[in-house]
Amino acid sequence: HTFDFQSDGNILDMSFSANEGASLVVASRSYADFTPEATFDIKKVDLHRLEEGPPLTSTLTREEGLKYYRTMQTIRRMELKADQLYKQKIIRGFCHLYDGQEACAVGIEGGITLSDHLITAYRAHGYTLTRGGTVREIMAELTGRRGGIAKGKGGSMHMYTKNFYGGNGIVGAQVPLGAGVALACKYLGNDQLCVSLYGDGAANQGQIFETYNMSSLWKLPIIFICENNQYAMGTSVERSAASTEYYKRGDYIPGIRVDGMDVLCVREATKFAAAHCRSGKGPILMELQTYRYHGHSMSDPGVSYRTREEIQEVRSKSDPISMLKDRMLSNNMASIEELKEIDIAVRKEIEDAAQFATTDPEPPLDDLCSHIFANDQPFEVRGATPWTKLTSTS
Amino acid sequence: MLKCDMVTRMCAKYFAVHPDMNLFQSVTSALDNTLASDPTAVIFGEDVAFGGVFRCTVGLRDKYGKDRVFNTPLCEQGIVGFGIGAAVAGATAIAEIQFADYIYPAFDQIVNEAAKYRYRSGNLFDCGNLTIRAPWGCVGHGSLYHSQSPEAFFAHCPGIKVVIPRGPVQCKGLLLSCIADQNPCIFFEPKILYRAAVEQVPTEAYTIPLSQAEVIQEGSDVTLVAWGTQIHVLREVANMAQEKLGVSCELIDLQTILPWDTETVCKSVAKTGRLLISHEAPITGGFAAEISSTVQEQCFLNLEAPIARVCGYDTPFPHIFEPFYIPDKWKCFDAIKKLISY
Repeated sequence: HTFDFQSDGNILDMSFSANEGASLVVASRSYADFTPEATFDIKKVDLHRLEEGPPLTSTLTREEGLKYYRTMQTIRRMELKADQLYKQKIIRGFCHLYDGQEACAVGIEGGITLSDHLITAYRAHGYTLTRGGTVREIMAELTGRRGGIAKGKGGSMHMYTKNFYGGNGIVGAQVPLGAGVALACKYLGNDQLCVSLYGDGAANQGQIFETYNMSSLWKLPIIFICENNQYAMGTSVERSAASTEYYKRGDYIPGIRVDGMDVLCVREATKFAAAHCRSGKGPILMELQTYRYHGHSMSDPGVSYRTREEIQEVRSKSDPISMLKDRMLSNNMASIEELKEIDIAVRKEIEDAAQFATTDPEPPLDDLCSHIFANDQPFEVRGATPWTKLTSTS
Repeated sequence: MLKCDMVTRMCAKYFAVHPDMNLFQSVTSALDNTLASDPTAVIFGEDVAFGGVFRCTVGLRDKYGKDRVFNTPLCEQGIVGFGIGAAVAGATAIAEIQFADYIYPAFDQIVNEAAKYRYRSGNLFDCGNLTIRAPWGCVGHGSLYHSQSPEAFFAHCPGIKVVIPRGPVQCKGLLLSCIADQNPCIFFEPKILYRAAVEQVPTEAYTIPLSQAEVIQEGSDVTLVAWGTQIHVLREVANMAQEKLGVSCELIDLQTILPWDTETVCKSVAKTGRLLISHEAPITGGFAAEISSTVQEQCFLNLEAPIARVCGYDTPFPHIFEPFYIPDKWKCFDAIKKLISY
């Protein structure tokens, strides 16, 4: 059998061309030596109010592996680039980085489809990418330019794309919104669900418990996901929560606690949770145990409430990208050169995006007043004084 | 010997310690005085134990113990509700909301519980021992959720007091007044001034009366009214007006938003005939509207020109557009020119 490759080097799109003959072969190498798929043992999850959990093994195909690797590497490099641009004061304001937690975003997306819905809090750059945003749009939004995914008006915390409702600044406020989206899915009967994420700090907000109640009562297709990275800003989970078993906090809602550093664990758990929702059983709660390498935001060095040794230990023992890489290499699913090529391609993509993000012009001043209300006709917005007006267009 | 003692004491009083303090240090000093003199005083909020995200509570936990300075989980509604309960039971409760932008989950507790406690219980109960502190106002890079000035929402609520200082000396005095006041108070601290404003502040406790506006600079042609950070903008504008237009401005710091000092402002406008009010919050429904309405009622025949308001736009506080949004000195100066030439 031969494999076609698209000329832009995108190895993700491969079509099986057994019937089309040798004339379509453009590859110079044959990948027939690699293992097309392998099955891995994954950690058992902890269960709450469930008889069975997700499977203890996960089958990964070569394509999936390369896709997950590339996406996680893209998120990692993008966040590190954002760190760099922030220190150069090209990105300003607030910037909450996701490196360390890549397996969560990529694993979740592996368990649902793009027609499902997702909402999260402010550590959202990774999700913006997995939900369909491009690195260019994300970086331009960070620098506040018109090519940004929210036209430069939102910044780091407010990024949106189709079926991705942000990007939300107020902690915990996004969870009831997710329930609303889930209600719409149930009402429209489209078999879609909503993934509603929040952190270990937000888990103590009252509105989350209100949401647990409503979604259980009405059996909404919502997956609550608590991304527990052990620290709410600088407060560790032991110091802020009476119960650190976040997967049990939904009480009457079934819950599972998952290793959030293993992309396959996250994927299998998400598939399990999605099946639970789609069967009409109502909500389910997933706790992903994960870790962020950076501080809470760029103004937090991240070492005043935890030791450098702790960060280093997680990096060396549980890094999600290394874990996937080791698995693929030791099972001959990819070669080191191939992964290096991906790294180089990712690096170039990030560089190009950063270049765009620093040279794209800022949005025009009229955008200050646009999109306040929906309006057919432009209307006047009062400016700094009652007699200065700007025009709002929609 | 007696004479020497008297002299020493007089000298000590005149040369009392007034070190340089910035705004967050003046807050710490006020809280330190309170915890020292009032054994029922407790401070709580998100991250206050290690010193707070703006360092307002540095050192207090070590000095006074972990049952008097403690962290709460991330739950504003819970923090204020808990604070009301503690205050009703007799503790001097000082709650911190990490940013004024986050105060809205607690809005119901403040407006429906705290503000109405005394009234609905016929004076049997009250939560006058409650003070809520929150960082307030624009900071240059805060964007939608770290820059808001919500005083207008609370000005509409009888039963609470809303206070905003312009600098370290006022901050300490006003905060101590709020803590002492027998009504629930909300104290907004201009976050951009936490490090930027430095003054010589007395280390011992003192109070500045609430509901009293301060005439910072006397003048005869235009009355300027503001609070918090905007006072410093208007101070510069007053100098510009004097130099470039020969216009003498009277600058008033309102200090207490609710209940506000109508008398000082109206007396000034009766003298000058012209009024300019400025704040960062959006113009529609901002507190300038209340001041404007009251002044035109009281001083209608004194007015030489319509009352001017220079405020933020009617938009959410923007991310990249902040420099265009804020009511800067040029917009205020322009408004003065229009006032003078009406």
